[in-house]
Amino acid sequence: MEKVKVIEIKKSVFAENDKDADALRSELKGRGVYLLNLMSSPGSGKTTTLIKTINLIKDKIRVAVMEADIDSDVDAIKIKEATGIQSIQLHTGGMCHLDAEMTRQGLDNVALEGIDLVILENVGNLVCPAEFDTGAVRNAMILSVPEGHDKPLKYPLMFSVCDLVLVNKTDVLPYFDFDMDKCREYVAMRNPEARVIPICAKTGEGVGQFADWLLAEVNNWKNK
Amino acid sequence: MHELGIVFYIIRDAKQAALENGVEHIDTVVMNIGEVSTVVPEYLCDCWRWAADKEPMLKGCELKINPIPAVSWCDACKSEYATVPHGKKCPNCGSGATWLLRGNEVEIKEIEIKE
Repeated sequence: MEKVKVIEIKKSVFAENDKDADALRSELKGRGVYLLNLMSSPGSGKTTTLIKTINLIKDKIRVAVMEADIDSDVDAIKIKEATGIQSIQLHTGGMCHLDAEMTRQGLDNVALEGIDLVILENVGNLVCPAEFDTGAVRNAMILSVPEGHDKPLKYPLMFSVCDLVLVNKTDVLPYFDFDMDKCREYVAMRNPEARVIPICAKTGEGVGQFADWLLAEVNNWKNK
Repeated sequence: MHELGIVFYIIRDAKQAALENGVEHIDTVVMNIGEVSTVVPEYLCDCWRWAADKEPMLKGCELKINPIPAVSWCDACKSEYATVPHGKKCPNCGSGATWLLRGNEVEIKEIEIKE
């Protein structure tokens, strides 16, 4: 009979990425750069939200954006045209998420000198990006009203890793059976610490609160 | 379809382990996959076949899945319960002060080499 040699490994496949992410975070800390990982499903209004928000804060802090998509550079161009800030496109080469190493490679292409805040717009997807620590200081996600208030029940991991949940497209609330109280309750079930801010990127409602949150976060990161 | 991304991580770690142990070809990789890890074993195995066969060290290597049932712990009544049917809420006392004990694993348990 053939003999089989067994080598025990017992190691999480995410262990290496977690290490890379911690290294990236401390490096960014040293350079005074705050990295926000922004996640959502496709079509939740990430790019529009970013444009509105960046225009509110770009005179106070220096912001850059990294857009991650499987393909195309429409979002990076849109952000640059609408805000005038540095915006680059990352292609994930078919992958549904970014990991810490890909984030680092992206940051290598950003002129970080003098930049206070880098916003990483992750691939539109509620499953995979939640599993991979990118090295960001905080995770935020956008949930839009048409998607329904039960998303935190369906995508538990995404909501448990997010520090901030923006509920976008509040202008269409009258047309949907979206229950904001239920949404807050479900988010709290996944992460009692998570903050929920209802916004409407189109009208600008609530975007100021997100902008204030970002300014406070960046300030805190630089001075702590 | 995050299974393909995960497969690339498995390949990297398995190859690393083989190099460290002076092994030239791995015949089986055994994975611990938790019930609530969000990894679908069938997809993982399909992606594995496609990607592993492109690596000389892993050509024909089998991926075996060792499923780990999800179990939660209730801090309020100090009991364990099956996570999947009950979620965050303890079926024994109704408390929400619960957390996952196991069932979130995506790890390489071991690799096997025919001698």
